Amino acid sequence: MLTALLVMTAVALVLGALLGYASLKFKVEGDPLVEKIDAILPQTQCGQCGFPGCRPYATAIASGEADINQCPPGGEEGIRKLADLLGREFKSLSEEHGVEKPKSVAVIDENTCIGCTLCIQACPVDAIVGAAKQLHTVVAGECTGCELCVAPCPVDCIAMEPIVDTLDTWKWRYPVIQIKQAA
Amino acid sequence: MLRKLFKFHGGVKPQTNKTESTTQPIAQVPLPDRLVIPLHQAVGGHPRPLVAPGDKVFKGQRIGGADGSLSSAVHASTSGIVHDVVPALMPHTSGLTTLSVIIEPDGEDRWGELDKVNYRRTPPDELRDFLRDAGVVGLGGAVFPSYAKLKPGKEGRLKTLVINGAECEPFITCDDLLMRERAADMLKGIVAMRHMLQAEEVLIGIEDNKPEAVAAVQAAIAASGQSGIEAVAIPTRYPAGGAKQLIRVLTGIEVPHGRRSTDFGVQCFNVGTAYSIYEALELGRPLISRVVTVAGNVDRPRNYEVLIGTPMDHVVRQSGARPDSDRYIMGGPMMGVRLPAFGVPVVKATNCILVGSPALFPPPPPEMPCIRCGECAKACPADLAPFEMYWFSRSKNFGKAQEYHLFDCIECGCCSFVCPSHIPLVDYFRFSKSEIWARERDKEASDAARDRFEFKNFRQEREKQEKAEKLAAKAAATREKVAAEGQAGTTSAAAETPDVAAKPAAPSAEDTKRALIAAAMEKARQQKAQVAPKNTEQLSTETQADIAAIEARRAAAATPPTPDA
Amino acid sequence: MINSPFVRKPASVQQVMLQVLLALVPGIAAYVWFFGAGILVQIALASAAALAGEAAMLAIRGKPKALFLGDLSAIVTAWLIALTFPPIVPWWLTVTATLLAIVVVKQLYGGLGQNPFNPAMAAFCLMIVAYPALMSQWPAAGQLDFSSQLQLIFGGARQVDAITGATPLDALRTALRAATNPDSQLHGLRASQLMDGPAYGMLGGKGGEWVALGFLLGGLWLLQRRIITWHIPGAFCLALAASAGLLWAIRPEGFASPVFHLASGGAMLGAFFILTDPVSGATTLRGKLLFAAGAGVLTFVIRAFGAYPDGVAFATLLMNLCVPLIDMNTQAPVFGHKKD
Repeated sequence: MLTALLVMTAVALVLGALLGYASLKFKVEGDPLVEKIDAILPQTQCGQCGFPGCRPYATAIASGEADINQCPPGGEEGIRKLADLLGREFKSLSEEHGVEKPKSVAVIDENTCIGCTLCIQACPVDAIVGAAKQLHTVVAGECTGCELCVAPCPVDCIAMEPIVDTLDTWKWRYPVIQIKQAA
Repeated sequence: MLRKLFKFHGGVKPQTNKTESTTQPIAQVPLPDRLVIPLHQAVGGHPRPLVAPGDKVFKGQRIGGADGSLSSAVHASTSGIVHDVVPALMPHTSGLTTLSVIIEPDGEDRWGELDKVNYRRTPPDELRDFLRDAGVVGLGGAVFPSYAKLKPGKEGRLKTLVINGAECEPFITCDDLLMRERAADMLKGIVAMRHMLQAEEVLIGIEDNKPEAVAAVQAAIAASGQSGIEAVAIPTRYPAGGAKQLIRVLTGIEVPHGRRSTDFGVQCFNVGTAYSIYEALELGRPLISRVVTVAGNVDRPRNYEVLIGTPMDHVVRQSGARPDSDRYIMGGPMMGVRLPAFGVPVVKATNCILVGSPALFPPPPPEMPCIRCGECAKACPADLAPFEMYWFSRSKNFGKAQEYHLFDCIECGCCSFVCPSHIPLVDYFRFSKSEIWARERDKEASDAARDRFEFKNFRQEREKQEKAEKLAAKAAATREKVAAEGQAGTTSAAAETPDVAAKPAAPSAEDTKRALIAAAMEKARQQKAQVAPKNTEQLSTETQADIAAIEARRAAAATPPTPDA
Repeated sequence: MINSPFVRKPASVQQVMLQVLLALVPGIAAYVWFFGAGILVQIALASAAALAGEAAMLAIRGKPKALFLGDLSAIVTAWLIALTFPPIVPWWLTVTATLLAIVVVKQLYGGLGQNPFNPAMAAFCLMIVAYPALMSQWPAAGQLDFSSQLQLIFGGARQVDAITGATPLDALRTALRAATNPDSQLHGLRASQLMDGPAYGMLGGKGGEWVALGFLLGGLWLLQRRIITWHIPGAFCLALAASAGLLWAIRPEGFASPVFHLASGGAMLGAFFILTDPVSGATTLRGKLLFAAGAGVLTFVIRAFGAYPDGVAFATLLMNLCVPLIDMNTQAPVFGHKKD
């Protein structure tokens, strides 16, 4: 009886010490989940999710404040990936946050632009160049298509144009052909 | 002396179908009504157009200039007038368009001035620039700019220069006919390349189902008196004409994916490329035409010398397409590219126009599940396990597919060819590859966006701080000024109670702030007034209406949005 | 739309399966010659059950029936079940086993190409565990005429113990065990002496050795047709012979000769027709060697030390389990990445 107790106590002590050591040795700095979620988000920084940027949204998902279906640019695929990562059920995109659109870039109509710099301030990724009273232009390669510059423009000279496929971006289609039930 | 040949793993033996198109010599094609010359025809950067609509061009005139570190020039294939420079359908499965120069031939077919070059007396760099501007690219189908490959490895010399005359794809005979008819000139090109690469030996690999070509090349070598050049007949087995497979067969060297073959002392060129190098260096003629096989569902399969930019249906008409033809394929039946239309132009990559019909190339029987029989692995010339890659590609598990060396796949089609379950394996691999590339692009873009977003936040934070500091400094200055003025009046009071001195300063500091804000607002008003359109009197009513609309919108937008809306 | 390649070799799953079936014919002919036509009844029963089960499952799963029934893979499974089971098991046992193989082991795992276990062998193992007595009664060659076989298959009455015995493999093992027992009348006899009985032929069981020869011939034809490669049958036979030979060399009075092992039971059928099933077997060349060698050794171990009459079925299932691990660790280096 006493030996049993002693053995159990010793085992408990050893295991406890091991656990304690492990928690110190393998301590994780920061919340790795936020990083993982942020990596899945498209980094459009559009704020359609209701948070000021992708990282705040990632933090909100990680802490349970936001749902996984609030990111229209990420689309269904993004929601699926988040659901996989977090072990949750897939749900379709929440309508109040917008709809999935083809990827596009902002284009400034150079004839209308008055050089007010409002779009420059609105752009989350500094993809618009120009100065006050100078013609602005969008650096297409840096534009994430977030549409944040469209609303502030006082003369409505910014349009969103879908990105056209080129030979470099054209993709081969998934070849699965559904075998039809033989009549 | 019989050379020791090596074997590559796998391979298949499809019906070759080559004899029909080799009975006749290479023929010329009459000038078409219109040439459509895509500017982007080779691996690398997009050449920029050098001509504008309405320009008169000579045959061989450069119309697209090489752009970037890897790019190749494009030339007018005949003399005529530039009709337009517009995006036009390119010979590619995607059905996408690419910027093309459309030339209306004047029928004179007049050459412009031609620069020749003596390659033995020209420094290598200049020679490479010359070939780049002559638009010489690999004519085996990969269209890699040749100048970029004409650089010896680190040691400044090369062990073996391999010339690819294998032509392993069924139906295609353009290299066969070129070797039969132009072996001597092709050899001159080879000698030039050998000089540029400082190659010890030259091996010309030709599949043994082309004895006439082997004999012609051997005769040319003997006639030229060159030593160290050998035409080697290699066993006929698809894809012996793959550059890596041919290098393996002739030298035993396996060049891994992602490595330069020059690192292994080998470099490989197609026989057609060798001939166009001869034309460029010795005749000064840029690459404006090539030999094209027309075969398949036509009455008279034959090889033609075709000007780049000639619409394919114009070429096929010479051979008499049969009425049930339903598609053109660029290349052979194993690796060829299904084309989106009949009228797409012949480009530098067009070694063959294969005319298809439902009877000639019937659709495959229904796809069955993979039974892991391993036939594909047996046939794979890259020693891959296609059925494993198929499994992961199908389930979109791209990481795993890459672990099984997806990118070592050369898309030769052997696996699909042998699969008893009729699975389009290569389609799965093409899908996976393009999906992986797209993901990499997306990842790069989103990483860049994240960095830029974070930097913008950081910058705004910094600006806010700087502004606050500046304001604080200004306020302090004003305070000091006010305090100094106050001190002048009430020196005694200030002297008595030093902390009271600050007290009258506080309200005055607020006054100055208010004054500053007022000034800023006034300035803003002025700015706004400046923005208002001027000189509107002479404008048409339409424009004035436009301006009015813009003004209205601006007024609407003037109500400042709440900052965190 | 169809992309390259636009040409294909005229090969199909159906053709592969058809050739496997053809290759089984010489063995079946020998079987009929020595053991009577009852086996043909079993083959018919199993084939019918397999097609019915497959059709039902395909209907439930919404797959095209004509396409998948025509691939003949269910028939191959059915024939293997009939050929590995005793030829006089009652009809319901054959039918149940075949349905289990097709419905549970094949279709529930996803159908053709998806089953991790060899369906026929899984059914064999399930049945020998569930009905050990029925699965261990084998008639000797020429012992039963067709009508009594039919009676045993379809009739309810089973006084089989009186007319059938164990397989030669089983009998020899029992005899060899007895031979080591000092109280037994067989004590001190060697395997070669024990094999003097009427149940034994020249190499293995009487009649059974000819059936094995038939399967060997069919297997060699499959090799020649390049339906299978030499790796699996070669490694299996070598491993079986080597492990049997080793113990036989050490203690010839306690173990049967390697030749006996090769010529008896399901060794040939297993080597050329069961282990070579590509779906549940290893796929890399080195993997095939490992897979088959493991099966060979396990077969011998189960035969020599186990309680079941033959070891091929259990060895196959055990090695099927190892296939993912074997395949993953035996991937051949790809072009350009080989160490010379």
